[in-house]
Order: sequence, then structure tokens, then C-alpha cells
Amino acid sequence: MSQPHLLVHELKDSVGVVVVENLKAGTDMLAVVTHDNSSFRITAKADIPIGHKVALKDIAKGDTIWKYGQDIGIAKAAIGKGEHLHVHNVKTKRW
Amino acid sequence: MASAPIVANFASLKGKLKSVRGRKNEMPAIKVPVAPRRGAARSNDSFFGWRRENGRVGVRNLVVTLPLDDLSNAACEAVANNVKGVQALPHAYGRLQFGADLDLHFRTIIGIGSNPNVAAVVVIGIEDAWTKIVVEGIAKTGKPVVGFGIEGHGDIAVIAKASYVAKEFVQWSSELQREKCPISDLWVSTKCGESDTTTGLSSCPTVGNMYDKLIPKGIYGVFGETSEITGAEHLCKARAATPEIGERWFKMWKAYQDEVIEAHKTSDLSDSQPTKGNIAGGLTTIEEKALGNLEKIGRDCKYIDILEPAETPAKGPGLYFMDSSSAAAECVTLMAAGGYVVHTFPTGQGNVIGNPIVPVIKITGNPKTMRTMPEHIDCDVSGILRRDLTIPDAGDVLIDMIVRTANGRLTAAEALGHREFSMTKLYRSA
Repeated sequence: MSQPHLLVHELKDSVGVVVVENLKAGTDMLAVVTHDNSSFRITAKADIPIGHKVALKDIAKGDTIWKYGQDIGIAKAAIGKGEHLHVHNVKTKRW
Repeated sequence: MASAPIVANFASLKGKLKSVRGRKNEMPAIKVPVAPRRGAARSNDSFFGWRRENGRVGVRNLVVTLPLDDLSNAACEAVANNVKGVQALPHAYGRLQFGADLDLHFRTIIGIGSNPNVAAVVVIGIEDAWTKIVVEGIAKTGKPVVGFGIEGHGDIAVIAKASYVAKEFVQWSSELQREKCPISDLWVSTKCGESDTTTGLSSCPTVGNMYDKLIPKGIYGVFGETSEITGAEHLCKARAATPEIGERWFKMWKAYQDEVIEAHKTSDLSDSQPTKGNIAGGLTTIEEKALGNLEKIGRDCKYIDILEPAETPAKGPGLYFMDSSSAAAECVTLMAAGGYVVHTFPTGQGNVIGNPIVPVIKITGNPKTMRTMPEHIDCDVSGILRRDLTIPDAGDVLIDMIVRTANGRLTAAEALGHREFSMTKLYRSA
């Protein structure tokens, strides 16, 4: 399999992690789900640094974000599929 | 005018050293030949260590000068300067502590002196009474330990006497021999740092795979970082060996939330957990960080007891949880005081930590960190992100590095002189 741009932990997840450096907006990314090695393609809507997350679908303000098949926080703004998802649009539910 | 370095018998360095000049943050990937294993076997079922008087096995053979308190650091450092091969372990505390905080101080100092990586100890304190408590605590292991109080004598007389003792200890310890020991004699701790999203994908599951393979072989393991389980507490509770242990774990975790975080926070904790480094690496929330953190205990391991900070496990081989800070140097120090002799440290953004008595093996799966600061990394598992290295194969690579390190290979942190020794303090001194 060619090298993925994006890794996703679980099928349920709403985010993937960029695993290559210098990812540019418009890249047709290969995403691999580590749980079952399945893959799909998704277009990056922004330049996203390695290690940062991409929304895998359109997310509404107030939606729960899922990673590892678990709740990792809440969307503070609407996030479009393929957009950068981080502290500017997602917050913890804990503190 | 400087000429290019002359390189002989180390072919992989040729042409590399010159290229370092003029580059910023970019190091050449230097491959050095792997030295032959000690002993004939390449098996990872055994290692060569020093069996101490109490039966525990160390992987280093240190003589240390251990200050009871901050005031005795100078004398300890002077002794280490006088006698080659002695390490001083200076730290910041030890006066006017009381209650649980004082108990933790003694437990940490005595635990560090008792760790089997330490062959012999010279304790120095400002006064005799508390110095004696430390000496008697360490003496229970059966190892050589001598203590000195400074009051009534002064630094110079104490340094002279302690130097004579330290010299004897160093020469005695230098003749102790490593012996072949089963892997079950190894106590391996873990705690991650400067985490990012790659740690949860690669380096933490690598440690988890190692525990899934070595815990059944009878080693002692430990994980901790109480605040950093927040968001994964339901999963951590479920990983206890029995529901009763899980309940005790949950009470401990909840007490930290209520008594420490809620009692002392002045704002949203988002500025501390995750850290700025975590956020730069792509981690957004404490929940996300915790889920990655918990990957360090693998798929199958269950923890069998909950340890106080710096407490030595007493329920036999298996995985333990230690109630501990998530600050790297504090946590590694507490686990060293608990008796663990090798530490595995997953990092994403590139933590540089070491410890003065325990080799800290650093593991990263972040290719950018491997490119920018490879001199700090012992185990490169970045192939996991490229999907050309599986987690089980990465686990084997780590086990191999643990055994090589136990056999004597210096870690990156040891080679670079990282000796972070940080006491955990629970509250203000009296």
C-alpha cells in the first residue's frame, strides 16, 4: 500500500491525523483506518501540519468529536469536511 | 582554516560531519554498527545485570552521594568531584516538610538509594537525625550505605570523610560482575512526554505491545500520570485486574480532580493540559491526550495494584498504576524511587529527558522529530505512520532496545548527560 497522508483510529471517528509533512490544501489524501486497514480518499481544504487533525465529515457547532471511537471534545464552530480541526474550533468538555 | 574531519573505520560518518555545518535543525542520519551482544545468545528472555544483596537486579552499577536536603547539595557535589565515578544527586527540598509531604520526601530519597541500579550510597544531610532515617531506610536492602551530618563539623570535614568512603565504595563496586538474569528480573516503567497525535498512533502502542509481551513473562511494569488519564478514566478503570481495584483506582483519580485541580485551579486548565507543546503537535483536548496516553498499557494487561507516589510494588510481578504527576522528570523520579530500573518514554514532539539512576529509552513515531532531533531518540518507530512497520514489530524493536540497554548500552539521554532528578512536593513547607 502506498504511504497514507492521513491515519484514522476507528471507523466511528470524525477526525483523522495528518502523518506527512508539508501537506497542502487541495491534496487528494489517502486515509487509512488503523482498526481494520480499510482506506478512503478525502481532499484537504487547508495546509495542515503533520500531527494535526482533519474533519472527516461536515461537523455542526455543538457536535461531539470522536477519535479512538471515544468522545474527545465538542465543536465550538461548524467545521467542514477536509478542514483543519484544532483548538480554534474544538474544546474539551472537562475543564 | 579548518579542514574536514578525518574519519576512519566508521564508514557511515564519512561525508556526514561536514554536512552538519551551516544547517539549522537538520542532523544527518548516522547509522553506527550494532555491537555484538554480551554472551552468545540473541535471546530477549535474559539480560546481564548486577544482582544486589536483596535479590533485586540492577542494570547500572552506580555509587551516589545522596543529599537529604537542599543544604547538603554542595557537599555531595564536592565528594562527586573528588572521587571519579561517583554521581551526586542534588535536589531542591528536604527542610521543614511535614505530614504526607515529608513521608513522600523520605520515600523518594530512600527509594532512590535503594534502587538496584545503585550499588552503594553516601548520604549527607544538614543534621544527623533525618540523615539517619535515610541511611537506615536504604540499609534494609543490604547494600553499603554511610551517612554524614554537617552540623557541628562543617562542609570541609564532612567532604573529606565522605570522600574516603566514596572512594572505597567506587573501588568495591567496580569489581562487582554482571550475571545472566531472566527477563522476569527486569522492572520496566513508562511515562510519555511532549506528546502529540503521533504518540497515540505509534510510540505509546509500541510500549503497550511491549507490556503485552513482557508482563506475561513475569516483569514488573508501571504507568501513572493521574491527571492525564482524564477523558479515558472509564477505560482505565475497566483495565483493573478486579472490579474492587478499579473502584480504588477511580476514587484515587476522582480525589485528584476534586482536591488538587478543583481546589487550586485559577482558570481553565486548557493552558496546562494539554501543554503548548502538545497543542503545537496537534493535540486539542485532555480527552484526546489521555486516550493516546493509555495506549501505553496495550490490549491485554491489567493493573494489579495502585501505588502511592514513589511506593515500591508489593503484590508480585505484573502491571501497577502509580499515582503521580504527569510532569516528566517528577514522574520518572517517582518510578525510579519505586524500584524500576529501566524507563520507556514515548515522545512525539521530542522530549529530551533522562534520569541520573535509570536509563530512559526514548521512542518516537514522529518523522519530523526523527529528522530534527534524532540524537535524543533511541527507538525510531516512524515506520508505523508510513504503514511499513506494524505495532507488534515495533514492540519487538523496543524489547530489543530494552535488553540492549539493560546489558549496558547507553541511552541517548545518558550519552548527552540528561540527569533530571525532580522531587514531587505536595504542599508548602512549614
